[in-house]
Amino acid sequence: MNSHTLWLICRRFGAGVVTLLIVSMVVFAITAVLPGDAAQQSLGQFATPEQVAALRLKLGLDQPGVLRYLHWLMNLLTGDMGQSVSNAMPVGELMAGRVPNTLMLAGATALVSVPLALILGIGSAMGRGGRIDSCLSFITLAMVAVPEFLVATLAVLIFAVNLGWLSALSYATDITSPLQFLRTYALPVMTLCCVIVAQMARMTRAAVIDQLDSPYVEMARLKGVSPIRIVLRHALPNAIGPIANAIALSLSYLLGGVVIVETIFNYPGIASLMVDAVTNRDMALVQACTMLFCAAYLALVLLADLCAILSNPRLRNQ
Amino acid sequence: MTDHKDTPELISGPDSLRVFEGLNRGMSRRNALQMLGLAGVAAAGAGSLFGSAGKLFAEEATAGGKGKPGGKIRVAGMSSSTADTLDPAKGALSTDYARHYMFYNGLTRFDKHLVPQLELAERIDNVDATLWTITLRKDVTFHNGKGLSAADVVFSLSRHKDPLTGSKVMPLMEQFAEIKATGPNEVQIRLSAPNAELPSILAVSHLLIVPEGTTDFNKGIGTGPFTVGEFKPGVRSVAVRNKNYWKPGLPYLDEIEFIAIADEPSRVNALLSGDVHMINEVNPRSTTRIAASPKHRVVDAPSGNYTDLIIRQDQLPGKSPEFTQAMKLLLDREQVKSAVFRGFAVVGNDHPIAPGSRYFNTDLPQTVYDPEKAKFLLKKAGMESITMPVMASPAATGSVDIAVLLQQSAKQAGLKLDVNRLPSDGYWSNHWMKHPLSFGNINPRPNADVMFSQFFQSKAPWNESGWQNDQFDQLLMLARGETDDAKRAKMYADMQTLVHDHCGIGVPVFISNIDGVDQRIKGYDSNPLGGFMGYMFAEQVWLDA
Repeated sequence: MNSHTLWLICRRFGAGVVTLLIVSMVVFAITAVLPGDAAQQSLGQFATPEQVAALRLKLGLDQPGVLRYLHWLMNLLTGDMGQSVSNAMPVGELMAGRVPNTLMLAGATALVSVPLALILGIGSAMGRGGRIDSCLSFITLAMVAVPEFLVATLAVLIFAVNLGWLSALSYATDITSPLQFLRTYALPVMTLCCVIVAQMARMTRAAVIDQLDSPYVEMARLKGVSPIRIVLRHALPNAIGPIANAIALSLSYLLGGVVIVETIFNYPGIASLMVDAVTNRDMALVQACTMLFCAAYLALVLLADLCAILSNPRLRNQ
Repeated sequence: MTDHKDTPELISGPDSLRVFEGLNRGMSRRNALQMLGLAGVAAAGAGSLFGSAGKLFAEEATAGGKGKPGGKIRVAGMSSSTADTLDPAKGALSTDYARHYMFYNGLTRFDKHLVPQLELAERIDNVDATLWTITLRKDVTFHNGKGLSAADVVFSLSRHKDPLTGSKVMPLMEQFAEIKATGPNEVQIRLSAPNAELPSILAVSHLLIVPEGTTDFNKGIGTGPFTVGEFKPGVRSVAVRNKNYWKPGLPYLDEIEFIAIADEPSRVNALLSGDVHMINEVNPRSTTRIAASPKHRVVDAPSGNYTDLIIRQDQLPGKSPEFTQAMKLLLDREQVKSAVFRGFAVVGNDHPIAPGSRYFNTDLPQTVYDPEKAKFLLKKAGMESITMPVMASPAATGSVDIAVLLQQSAKQAGLKLDVNRLPSDGYWSNHWMKHPLSFGNINPRPNADVMFSQFFQSKAPWNESGWQNDQFDQLLMLARGETDDAKRAKMYADMQTLVHDHCGIGVPVFISNIDGVDQRIKGYDSNPLGGFMGYMFAEQVWLDA
């Protein structure tokens, strides 16, 4: 790594902070535009006007939005993410209960899906136009097209209800043995894999094919290098940039966009926490979740770019 | 029930169920006693509030039967979020109510006929239904070891009047003019106007009793059958058996894990795969799946929940009594019951009191589907060939389907209806009660008085059809002050007749609550208040594994 790369990281980091700031403003503004506020949501249908007024005063909702935003921002700078208005628990505590679950699910899914996607993508690139390629293309396209709630529900019906092999619910707690881990995580991981493997495999295939069409690969082929060696030794290192980006995008989805899977398997992750927060107009919690998603996304994209740079000798030694 | 301690083994769970079924079939109470072969039961039931039947029902609530102690179960409700609360005052959803009944007790408690029975109160006396004196049980302690005292009750009831509490029943509590302790175990309540239904108001889940001065409700300190093992809003709660529970022999279960699965098919799948033992809010369409499983059963709990056709009386065409009458005749109730709710409903008679519940008027003739008579009435009103829009929405359970059925039957009477299907979002604030013809949905209320006051009194904000009936309003006030149960029943019967004949409400059916339960769960019953035995299953069920 050289000064150029370091500079890039610093620049990206600075841009990331600015992006987070802008995102927080936009989210704050959008949440403020939503009909009803936290006081009305928490009191429900039969609230009296004086109850709403009293609760607004207590929660500080009577202050102008800009003031509330600045107040939140100041607290954040001192490390205080605020309190959830719906149950008076610190936001940090609520997040701490969910983040490990989300990371666990995302990690398990990544461990399965990334190697699988690479193998599928490279395999179909190597047999481009052949039977394996069209077969894999058909399967991956079908997987992209089928919505995940259908995959999840069918999987539960078959493996949990009819066969009774796996658990229909996934708890992040109560896991003591590896077998239990497998039973708990198999179905959600499988469902998520269906969604993201297809995307990553398609991208990998395209990136590798792109390289296989280049003159240096033709040269290698003329020299009599074996097809496997051509792909792994010559084409793949040059395709790492786009592949890393595809993987980063898919993984960022795992961190914040898996609300359907969390709902169906009753998995207490961060995405359903965010949905709750929006429903309850719980500003501090919405902001904290958004910041987390956004930061994770930026970090993953930065990592992908670094991979691309480090894998490219021209960029690496600039 | 006051001396149940001396006779804890008198009536077992199955025994009392047997007696109930007998009573419902028309067995006299005397026979019921003979069936049990016990003379002491009458004395044991002396603390009951209402009617002779109520005395026996009291035993159901308190007698520690022959259920099997021990075992852990997992229960899945229908909704959960970070707004889950253990503060009874803030309870908003079935998940909250079910949890509250695990950890707290009320002064009174509803039995399966919605008759209030004594719980933490040992006796309740009143003067003119206005000045109420509540004597508390002396042997009750909170989970933290503190004894129950009058101060706790005063605190628990008074806090609803503070807007900052965020109580869901604040309007209901405005009639509590004064709440004070008149002794270590005696509380006096002065109402602003007579209300003989106070005991049933005290039984609502929001008025469960918490220790004086509680600020952190997440610990769930109450007097209830379970203590809080874990409570994570939006994730789960674990209830652990309260070893010092004041009802001997109860509860049976060691532990209840309570989660929520919002997606209905997933909830049913979780039950069928054996991951949970109990679920609520089953879609009628899913009942065949549950019934097909040898390990599970469907519990059909008739309830007071209804979806109603609202015919505004203050605008045309509802202003015409003939038109209103014709619309009621065009509701094909049997078809709604079988086609829309797959039989999981009870036919309604255009008033809000469900068959089988307290004060239901059995003498009132049932409105039946009669398109011919409707055609005649429409013709008489000069409206035989008009076109009317009718508003329906998924927000009001089943209303879109009911509207389509109504459209078909209206055609036979020459009336053309256009069904406007509106989205759930914003339906209640923008459309409900705001069109000449629309649909509403009303959840069960604790008693007839609350139901009539909120939705049928002329000046009530939710007087759905906007009808005005002085006779009805007078009866409502009179019934509140009437402490003689028989006389009050007569008044409520008259009010049902008035609503049935003159109000612009068509109640085709009362929608049943459907629970799915593992066969190993015993002692499971139904309650018109809601699923999960009116949210009160925790104390009564046991696991026969």
